[in-house]
Amino acid sequence: MDRMKRTPIAEQDPKVRATNFKEVCLGYTEEEAKQEAARCLNCKKPLCVTECPVTISIPKFIEQVKEGNFEEAAKIISKSSALPAVCGRVCPQEVQCEGKCILGIKGEPIAIGKLERFVADWSREHNVDLSEAAEKKGKKVAVIGSGPAGLTCAGDLARMGYDITIFEALHEPGGVLVYGIPEFRLPKDSVVKHEIENVKKLGVKIETNVIIGRTITIDQLLEEEGFDAIFIGSGAGLPKFMGIPGENSNGVFSANEFLTRNNLMKAFKEEYATPIRVGEKVAVVGGGNVAMDAARTALRLGAEVHVVYRRSEEELPARVEEVHHAKEEGVIFDMLTNPTEILADEKGWVKGMKCVKMELGEPDASGRRRPVEVKDSEFVMELDTVIMSLGTSPNPLISTTTKGLSVDKRKCIIAQEETGETTKEKVYAGGDAVTGAATVILAMGAGKKAAKAIDEFLSK
Amino acid sequence: MYKIVGKRLLAPQIYLMDVEAPRVAKSANPGQFLIVKMDEKGERIPLTICDYDEEKGTVTIVFQTLGTSTKQMANYEVGDYFADFVGPLGQPSEMVHENLEDLKNKNVIFIAGGVGTAPVYPQVKWLHQRGINADVIIGAKSKEYVILEEEMKAAAGNLYVATDDGSYGFKGMVTNLLEKLVKEEGKKYDLVVAIGPMIMMKFVAKLTKELGIHTIVSMNPIMVDGTGMCGACRVTVGGETKFACVDGPEFDGHLIDFDEAMRRQAMYKTEEAKKQYREQEKHEGHEGGCGCCGK
Repeated sequence: MDRMKRTPIAEQDPKVRATNFKEVCLGYTEEEAKQEAARCLNCKKPLCVTECPVTISIPKFIEQVKEGNFEEAAKIISKSSALPAVCGRVCPQEVQCEGKCILGIKGEPIAIGKLERFVADWSREHNVDLSEAAEKKGKKVAVIGSGPAGLTCAGDLARMGYDITIFEALHEPGGVLVYGIPEFRLPKDSVVKHEIENVKKLGVKIETNVIIGRTITIDQLLEEEGFDAIFIGSGAGLPKFMGIPGENSNGVFSANEFLTRNNLMKAFKEEYATPIRVGEKVAVVGGGNVAMDAARTALRLGAEVHVVYRRSEEELPARVEEVHHAKEEGVIFDMLTNPTEILADEKGWVKGMKCVKMELGEPDASGRRRPVEVKDSEFVMELDTVIMSLGTSPNPLISTTTKGLSVDKRKCIIAQEETGETTKEKVYAGGDAVTGAATVILAMGAGKKAAKAIDEFLSK
Repeated sequence: MYKIVGKRLLAPQIYLMDVEAPRVAKSANPGQFLIVKMDEKGERIPLTICDYDEEKGTVTIVFQTLGTSTKQMANYEVGDYFADFVGPLGQPSEMVHENLEDLKNKNVIFIAGGVGTAPVYPQVKWLHQRGINADVIIGAKSKEYVILEEEMKAAAGNLYVATDDGSYGFKGMVTNLLEKLVKEEGKKYDLVVAIGPMIMMKFVAKLTKELGIHTIVSMNPIMVDGTGMCGACRVTVGGETKFACVDGPEFDGHLIDFDEAMRRQAMYKTEEAKKQYREQEKHEGHEGGCGCCGK
């Protein structure tokens, strides 16, 4: 065994998986997991832990995997994370735990994410019970939103003995885990539902179909329903459009709509009632993980798919692994290309997209080289579907209906980074609702910090 | 789960249901809508709130069977449950926020088209409860399609009915009737609120622009979540893109791009037709639609 090389992991063949919605990565076997775990140097000062937003005791759980004590490993992880099967799959480990792994200097870092995933999947398949009854504190906390931030905050508070109710606007809990990230990266029925069930086993109640700001307000929860504190983890779900001519033509979708129809409403399955429309040739505008998810979904629905991005491949904000998977499956990347107009036929359906070529100029405020239009480079891409994946911002529904809750100019809720305290007493916030669209694990980290702060506040 | 506690056939293919949903009933206002999902495999269907009773904790919906989902919904009986029932969604009607004295000085006429009569009713009732009796025009294909006439009579000022075939009330379109009221009978209106099929709202808006009457319409585009997260329901209002589910559903009728809205509403027509065809096949005992058994 070469200690510098990662134990390979099985994946579905790109040609096959491009036609189905089953999970791409098949995960480690017990033997492979033990072999990969044996590479860990068990550092005295583990840098991997410092880079994990929920500070999982990484070397400790890996040591148990090496010994084949998978149940013990699951218990160690569960002390820090309520969603290991999710995080092991969707965290950008290359810039977090694995990015700081010592082995990564000369070779390949330990596959921490894949090991975490293995442990979580193993404990699910072997019905390991990770819930422990806590002493009841007799205080009620409401959590707004059942995405990664809310689930983590709720799970932590329930472990501390608080009476927790999560309020969710959609009919299914999970937030972006159910409507955003596709089945082929994160299976819903097995993985996501199970992790949510685990949170419920801690005593957390989830009320779906409740829209805070419409069905009931934050102030009503505090004044009429007797909650002692509130955590807002409502995310950033408002899609952006380009504002170019023709954007309301038939066949132009936000990535949120396209993915919600497919993931949450299961439009890709015949027996579900929600329709989805994907033409023969699709352009996905944008370069983030959501753009990759939309592109790979459209591909699986049978289209030829182009990712259109105004910078070069180096600047793509999506994870390297996702870009790599998309390419393997046959997604075409049109870099340094910027749409200027959507063209429609006489019935209003998309028939093409006017674009200009770009080149990279001087670095801008973010340090990335600014794309500049190449003169006289206009051309038309013939298409029948366009999916806009330009990012999202927080929905102002909660902030505009809550007295004394301040937001910044991007409509993000203002909250202390370390505690999640907002400008309103008893109200905490975290995740994308505070930072704008970021990652699952950062949202979980924020939920965790807020849970600690809420406990301190309510213990006074 | 949300229990159906009342069901009534109002007209051919038009059903009324009272549904137990205490949280929605408590917060509902005229002009808002809700989303119903029948079962696990169902789609999310937006419906305007037609009445609500905070004490009983019930909300009333009225729907017409158009596609597969609404047909399935019509088969539900009292005692059955909807899997999901979420709301209230959207902005309440402008009048809810208006100064009551200002409202009292206004002459308002509601124009209700077909099943659109149902969402007009809570608005007329809301005004009536505050001592304002607005005029109402109900438009329908023929006499048997006129719904909620008695309820409306009890809450409205003057109630006018127009039928396409003249089987009841005025013969002709709602626009012909409004024109007659204003031009021949000298009625003066400061506000028109029109709710019904988009084509009707388009022509009402066109007429009231000529007549110079401020007009509010309630848009009914395709929706998915109804909370502003997808933009499926976007409409162009005064040259700007708005999401009907959060910015509306009510907008200034003179600023709407109706042609675009109608075009977008038809986006899934072929998919819907395919689905209906498949359903029909199933009922006739076909599973795959092989096309070779000559049945």
